[in-house]
Amino acid sequence: MVGIVLVSHSKMMAEGAKEIITQMIGDKVKIEAAAGTSDNRLGTDAFLIEQKVLEVFDGDGVLIIPDLGSAVMSAEMAIENLEEPARSKTYLVDSPFFEGAIAAAMEASFGKSLEEVKKAAENTRGMNKIA
Amino acid sequence: MAVNSAKLIEIINLIADDINANKEFLTELDSAIGDADHGINMSKGFKAVTEKISAMADKDCGSILKTTGMTLVSTVGGASGPLYGTAFMRAGQVVGNKTELNYDDLLVILEAALAGIKMRGKAEKGEKTIVDALEPAVEVLRSSSSVDAKLFEKAVEAAKDGVEYTKGIIAKKGRASYLGERSIGHQDPGATSTYIILAAIHKALNEKSS
Repeated sequence: MVGIVLVSHSKMMAEGAKEIITQMIGDKVKIEAAAGTSDNRLGTDAFLIEQKVLEVFDGDGVLIIPDLGSAVMSAEMAIENLEEPARSKTYLVDSPFFEGAIAAAMEASFGKSLEEVKKAAENTRGMNKIA
Repeated sequence: MAVNSAKLIEIINLIADDINANKEFLTELDSAIGDADHGINMSKGFKAVTEKISAMADKDCGSILKTTGMTLVSTVGGASGPLYGTAFMRAGQVVGNKTELNYDDLLVILEAALAGIKMRGKAEKGEKTIVDALEPAVEVLRSSSSVDAKLFEKAVEAAKDGVEYTKGIIAKKGRASYLGERSIGHQDPGATSTYIILAAIHKALNEKSS
């Protein structure tokens, strides 16, 4: 199953997103938060992201969903630090943080491929919240 | 100049001191155009570095620089973590297992740091970033066939001019880029911390004439 790593400056934000997603989809989805610094400040940590990717990686690939700014930079650095086979199967996705995470988690839980999960997250970019 | 591992640790400690002394200034600059955390982030990061490298005097210079970079990556928090982290890690790579460094090594180190920062931040000169201070300094060092204390002094001056130059340009990277033209008039915190680091190195190298 495709794994998902939520990268945010805020631990509360990433854990909160994970909490809602797990409530909706159940704990069968492999989703981890890599957020905040080791001394509980706001920030991102490339090595923590790398570690979380390896925790959710089972061969099918991992999608990293960043909030903004240095989350993107830290995630890029984490991917470069990974070794194969995880490295070429870990993608950074450009999507809204929460909507992208839910869509990705949903598709992943259906056993979809890495490309399909990534596409689902990206497709939330223009999504309407109000009908 | 001959910088052995013990002296290298001393230089990095001095960088940490100067970053800490300028913590509020850097945060003030960052609160104008960023997210007001550059000073505290850098200070926390370099404090962690000084603890990590304090017992490394028997290790080679490459390992000390690499440990510095890795510690910054995991403790800084903001974009300066991966940026300065990459800079020091790249510097560690080019220095390798050397146990003594000279002024020519300094050029190689700063060239590697600059290349690392440009790669990681996808930044070029003129975008109101670290590059605007670091690249002019590297250009000065490259302008002569060999590097000495005098040339390095000029390089540090060029970095200072680079910081001044960031006041007049629009931010293209990071949180400041959301401000567009409103970022004009403010000096870049990243360029400023780069100048502080280079000035600290210069100060450390001239403390003892070895």
